[in-house]
Amino acid sequence: MNDATPAVEIRDLHKRFGHLEVLKGISLTARPGDVVAVIGGSGSGKSTMLRCINMLETPSAGDIAIHGETYAMRPTRDGGLEPADRRQLQRIRAQLGMVFQNFNLWPHRTVLGNVIEVPVQVLGISRDEAVARARQVLDRVGLAEKEDAYPAHMSGGQQQRCAIARVLAVEPLAMLFDEPTSALDPELVGEVLNVIRDLAAEKRTMILVTHEMSFARDVASHVVYLKDGRIEEQGPPEQIFGDPRSPHLQQFIRSIA
Amino acid sequence: MIEAIDFSLLALTSPGWGGALLAGFLRSVELAAGGYLLGIVIGLLGATAKLYGGRVLRDIAEIYTLLIRAVPELVLMLLFYYVGTDLLNQLMAAFGREGIDIDGLSAGILVIGLVQGGYATEVFRGAIRAVPPGQIEAAQAFGMSPFRVLRRVTLPAMAPHALPGMANLWMIATKDTALLAVIGFSELTLVTKQAAAATREYFLFFFAAGLLYLALTLISNLGLRWLERRARRGLPAAA
Ligand SMILES: Nc1ncnc2c1ncn2[C@@H]1O[C@H](COP(=O)(O)OP(=O)(O)OP(=O)(O)O)[C@@H](O)[C@H]1O
Ligand SMILES: [Mg+2]
Repeated sequence: MNDATPAVEIRDLHKRFGHLEVLKGISLTARPGDVVAVIGGSGSGKSTMLRCINMLETPSAGDIAIHGETYAMRPTRDGGLEPADRRQLQRIRAQLGMVFQNFNLWPHRTVLGNVIEVPVQVLGISRDEAVARARQVLDRVGLAEKEDAYPAHMSGGQQQRCAIARVLAVEPLAMLFDEPTSALDPELVGEVLNVIRDLAAEKRTMILVTHEMSFARDVASHVVYLKDGRIEEQGPPEQIFGDPRSPHLQQFIRSIA
Repeated sequence: MIEAIDFSLLALTSPGWGGALLAGFLRSVELAAGGYLLGIVIGLLGATAKLYGGRVLRDIAEIYTLLIRAVPELVLMLLFYYVGTDLLNQLMAAFGREGIDIDGLSAGILVIGLVQGGYATEVFRGAIRAVPPGQIEAAQAFGMSPFRVLRRVTLPAMAPHALPGMANLWMIATKDTALLAVIGFSELTLVTKQAAAATREYFLFFFAAGLLYLALTLISNLGLRWLERRARRGLPAAA
């Protein structure tokens, strides 16, 4: 596959929860090096879309491909879809990294234990090598001193940086962020955003759901505005924030500023 | 009356009953430990069946725990022991084998384990449900297989929630071994009864047996406290 193969490609994605249609046909492409910021009001479907990319939610219809490989899906009895090939699912998932709003670190493992867990258990890397690599990424997020700490004994900002290190350790094709700073005390937001900013500057592929508009404007190469389960507007950040067309988006930006 | 007690009856060798008492005690510990371990295995299977199994597995686990919890333990033990060994022998016969004589220890462990498993299923089920789903989702999102998620994340994360209940079950296991006296196991209670009957020193022997049960509990408590500290590593001190 050449460089033009999209890291993430979503084609006509629909998602229903019972009778509630949350995603109503979303198509989105993230090329290697793209930083896609996803913005939109509460309940517009941002998290659901992001969670479909690694199949934490299964789409009701539509295709998703990671680096050119489309998830094999089969219909379920209730009219939805489910992954048809468990091995493929695990293989693709191992190439993605997700950073959650609530960190979701494993509380019974130390910082180092959290970071080496996936390389050792899923990628089959030797423990020594995983530890060496983990120390590098922990250093990058400023947690070199904390490798023996348990998550519960750290601040929210430290926990989220650890979660980012856990993702970096798998060297993912694309990183998925779901409001990584929303659960943080205001004074801790900056340290996490700075780490993400550095990663964006390195041209790492990421899809980032965020309410931090000025941050999105800074780091994104592409901004997507979701409204009621549809992409209402998308484009480069200057256009989305500087010259929004849709009245909803204009109102959304005013309301948040 | 206390002065009249002849402590030499507790001597380890022959006119004394101490050796027999200790042997019975060891047998009790074996039965309890074996039954407890079997109960843990059954409990883990039962809890995963209830939480993640299909309809059939869920129903089987449901009926099993209902039965165990509704019927008195002594009745269950008699049922498992007599009906269980009988069934096993019939099964062996059907396959053209000799009716085997399962030894007493295995039968006792099986009987205690089946009872323990019912309660352990509920303890583990509650503990697994207390694990924040996000921790499990994170493991799935990184491509862990369902079995690995269970082994690396769900089970260790639920352990601190399960430990108080499982500590209780261990105490119950040690005391349930006494019920096996009814079936004729020469565990501590039955041996004590024999010793007391032979010497007419009821107080002495039952008091000694009580002390042995108490010692087991106290020692277990130390171990359980250590385990709990270990399992709670990384959890906030409070709660
Ligand atoms: N598991 C679920 N079952 C039923 N409805 C759900 C489920 N998950 C999400 N929804 C609904 O889907 C809609 C979109 O939810 P989603 O979490 O994707 O929104 P969001 O854009 O991420 O919002 P927020 O900014 O508040 O995080 C909401 O109406 C929500 O109630
Ligand atoms: Mg959300």
